[in-house]
Amino acid sequence: MTEQATVASVRASILVRATPEHAFETFTDMTAWWPRKEHQLSEKPLAGVIIEPRAGGRWFERDVDGGECDWGFVTAWEPPARVLLAWHLGPDWKFNPDPAKATEIEVRFTPQDDGTLVELEHRGFEVHGPAGARMRDEVAGGGGWGRILEERYVPAANARR
Amino acid sequence: VSTYGANGLAALGDPTRRTIFERLADGPLAVGELARDLPVSRPAVSQHLKVLKDAGLVIDRAEGTRRLYQLDPAGVEAMRAYFDAFWNHALVAFKAAAEGEVQ
Repeated sequence: MTEQATVASVRASILVRATPEHAFETFTDMTAWWPRKEHQLSEKPLAGVIIEPRAGGRWFERDVDGGECDWGFVTAWEPPARVLLAWHLGPDWKFNPDPAKATEIEVRFTPQDDGTLVELEHRGFEVHGPAGARMRDEVAGGGGWGRILEERYVPAANARR
Repeated sequence: VSTYGANGLAALGDPTRRTIFERLADGPLAVGELARDLPVSRPAVSQHLKVLKDAGLVIDRAEGTRRLYQLDPAGVEAMRAYFDAFWNHALVAFKAAAEGEVQ
């Protein structure tokens, strides 16, 4: 395994026919659109995916019985232009409160003639990876997501098309 | 039930396996080295390693006469790949929600 300081960011963008204000409000009201069932921690149905609307706010899921699992925190809250989230679940899908072990999700909302361009960047995967400055000399992280992705995520995503 | 990490989470439900997993995060180790610091027998450690391996969390390789166990280095890239697929899928759902409420 070659040593690497960074892992490429994940980038995704989409044009939404809505104002930046509305796009921001909808994005941060994740109960309205988060693909639940396949993308949650609780084994019970979720009642919601909640982002507390302020810097330092919690980002968490709440199941139908009121049980909560933390996902991360809000690190910047700048409606309607930008929100910055810290994802505190590692490759093992355990919550880790250490900010040095979180990945970062930045979402920008830019007005266009016909709506709002929503650009998302999920970065910092190297915090879980080999040979970052903070990391040990050998591999860290783990997961086996590749197989799960192939066996379960891809068919599910395709089935929804 | 979560799509991601379903197998891994189940494998890590056992406290001894979680300890082994965390120990391996510091670097590769042989079974004997792991067993030395744990209150379980060497065969038991081997059994736990097999579960972690089957869950895709750990890989092993031969180094001379020793067999070393380490966390799967593909995990980080797999995490990245997961989100690459996930966010594209999720933003479509977001767009539908954002535009649906406008109408």
